[in-house]
Amino acid sequence: MKKKYAVVSLLAVAGLVLAACSDAPDESTDNGTTDAATETSGAATSEAASDFFACMVSDEGGFDDQSFNQSTYEGLQRAGVDLGIEVLALESHDSNDYAPNLEDMVAKGCDITITVGFNLSEGTKTAAEANPSLNYAIVDDSQISLPNVKPIVYATQEAAFLAGYVAAAYSTTGKVGTFGGAKIPTVTIFMDGFADGVARYNQDKGGNVELLGWDKATQNGLFTDDFTDQAKGKTTALNLIAQGADVIMPVAGPVGLGAAQAAQEDGNTVIIWVDADGYLTTEYGSIILTSVMKLMGEAVENVITDTKDGNFSPDPYVGNLANGGVAIAPFHDFTSQVSDETKAEVAALEAAIQSGELKVESDSAP
Amino acid sequence: MSDQTLPPVEPDPSPGAAVTPAAADVVSTPAAEAAEAASGTVAKPSQGRPAGQPPAAPPPGRFQLALKEILSGSWVTSVLAVLLAMVVGAVLVAAANPDVQSSASYLFARPSDFFGAVWESVKDAYVAMFQGAVVNFQGQDAVAFIKPITNTLTQATPLIFAGLGLAVGFRAGLFNIGAQGQIILGAIPCAWLGYALHLPPVVHLLVCVLGAMAGGALWGFIPGILKARTGANEVIVTIMLNSVAAFGVSYLLTLDAFQREGSNNPQTPLIDSTAQFPYIFGGRFTTHFGFILALLAAVFTWWLLDRSTLGFRFRALGENPQAARTAGINTNACFIWVMVIAGGLAGLAGAAQVQGTFHYLNSGVAASFGFDAITVALLGRSRPLGTVLAGLLFGGLKAAAPMVQSAAGSSDVVLVLQSVIVLLIAAPPLIRAVFRTPNPERVQALKLAAAAGPGEVAA
Repeated sequence: MKKKYAVVSLLAVAGLVLAACSDAPDESTDNGTTDAATETSGAATSEAASDFFACMVSDEGGFDDQSFNQSTYEGLQRAGVDLGIEVLALESHDSNDYAPNLEDMVAKGCDITITVGFNLSEGTKTAAEANPSLNYAIVDDSQISLPNVKPIVYATQEAAFLAGYVAAAYSTTGKVGTFGGAKIPTVTIFMDGFADGVARYNQDKGGNVELLGWDKATQNGLFTDDFTDQAKGKTTALNLIAQGADVIMPVAGPVGLGAAQAAQEDGNTVIIWVDADGYLTTEYGSIILTSVMKLMGEAVENVITDTKDGNFSPDPYVGNLANGGVAIAPFHDFTSQVSDETKAEVAALEAAIQSGELKVESDSAP
Repeated sequence: MSDQTLPPVEPDPSPGAAVTPAAADVVSTPAAEAAEAASGTVAKPSQGRPAGQPPAAPPPGRFQLALKEILSGSWVTSVLAVLLAMVVGAVLVAAANPDVQSSASYLFARPSDFFGAVWESVKDAYVAMFQGAVVNFQGQDAVAFIKPITNTLTQATPLIFAGLGLAVGFRAGLFNIGAQGQIILGAIPCAWLGYALHLPPVVHLLVCVLGAMAGGALWGFIPGILKARTGANEVIVTIMLNSVAAFGVSYLLTLDAFQREGSNNPQTPLIDSTAQFPYIFGGRFTTHFGFILALLAAVFTWWLLDRSTLGFRFRALGENPQAARTAGINTNACFIWVMVIAGGLAGLAGAAQVQGTFHYLNSGVAASFGFDAITVALLGRSRPLGTVLAGLLFGGLKAAAPMVQSAAGSSDVVLVLQSVIVLLIAAPPLIRAVFRTPNPERVQALKLAAAAGPGEVAA
């Protein structure tokens, strides 16, 4: 510490030409306090505010992925404000960051650490096994069963089913399309539900609406293999439009923005957004028919609240239509263009799913 | 092409005193090489060329010259590049800090606040970097105290492997950008052998390591043979193969054979414990046996480049392909060997990731190591020791990222450091190569020559 102080003074002297003489005392007091507490501001203030410390580690999508990382991050920040607790979130740039980030959370003394996505599954498991006194929750993954890990998963196919039904009813060309960012369960679960919703419409209404981009039986479909490149989303959407689709559901995070752009330029195509209500979170509200929402922020906030109150449980939280964990968004600008008949049918289907009368299946369901 | 650095095209029995040491190697051919040179030129008269006239070799491209220029810089340049990058990083850290921004508005009223805030923000970031990469002097116990340095070794391991592979290529004048794909191709067989086979300890581990080397070598062989047979540009081929590997592994991971039972996540089952690299410092630290393997690989690379005949040919090829060809070196065979060895070394980075770090295969197995390794090799001047040191530096930066992020709010400063280092080292020669602008040193030399003999110029 003495040496560091010497360096401080040295720099202060160097800065004397510009800075005033009052420089030195200012810095030395600052230095003293930060050294006494931990060097890092996050942990330092947490001790002052509250004993409880909630943390999160993103996957490589980052906090601005317009998907689960972002929702989880927002949930964490809300929990920080609502519960008056200190929070810390670390972003991973690639898969080699997961383990070090999780280690850092342990070192910082996080009471609960929320991790996001199956990519973090192994790392979370290792960390949870090594630190049985700390709690963990993992979003969109149900592979871990440990007494200190709570999986937060979603029966997304239920909401996607309703969106598929609406899409089929709305389509005038008789073709609707979808594509995914990658062939992983958290993506294909949307497409499964969407496919079933379209099929249900055809069955109930004797329609012949065709789904492009996903075959539920063979589990094959259209993927951009990318969650960042909007140009790919645009190209893929243009292909679907060229094949006659007039409703497109991109399940690819920001890549979907490219699809929305293509739809807007086309003028006759609408988008079904995913994860959040795209009418509110994107600038393409005017062409977003509805959205298949996973309300992850709420679930994350609830888990943090429960853990803070000493009610942590490792039972998986499964968000579905019945508990409001998933939902379809309001039609917003399209309220007048979706017939009252369709609205009533969707409401009936929603009630049937909520009551358990109607089951929507998916290979990828949790 | 400057005559000072390039050896004469024709084999010269008496090495000139003015040539650089590396170039001198080429020119002062030992007896064995001289014999080879003789047989090389004598064996070819049937191809319709008068005996003794060398076969035409393509002149070194401007990118090759740029690469050579990058590698010929001294280690001082590398060290200065790192220091300058830290200064640039400090400016950015300070500029992004909210306290600095708010105090800047009343800079002239009370400058001490501003400079205090600047100092605090920069100090916090770099102290965090040190704590994340070397030792955490606020750790509660001895384990926490030394954990950062062990994390650094772990992160450095794949960088060293891949960096060594690239270094071999760079020394031979090959712009191999394909480490990313070679790592992935190493990781695929490595993981598969790890979970599909059940072999006794040690044997299993070695089988996986060999699998990784073979996979990486295959991915190096393809651009090598394409360059040798068709002259295909290795930059383009290796970049393309990176994409093939990245999408290929994503595809493989959708197949049942590469997924866990009862799950359709793109993750393979865990490899057997018999195939996992043991932890060097015990289970509480992440440093694994791969690091020792990486050091051994560095020794091998040193031996290869500095002591073996094959390495001599590689360097001759890198110094001057035409001269190498004239000296009877089979340059096409060299292209293939360089790429196979480079691929094998990069493949070992895949083994380090699968057997040491993850214990399973996922689509992000190569992280960004294949690209970071380019910087590592360039920063290390493509010398084995330099590459190891540069690998440790970059491993440290990577290991420090979480600590920096929680101290400074973002770990982007780490990326900035890495990027500025690349810029400082590689940019000037590369920019000259891209825009075909003359090398200022050479322009200066020409001017001097013109000034020395004005009469000749006028005539």
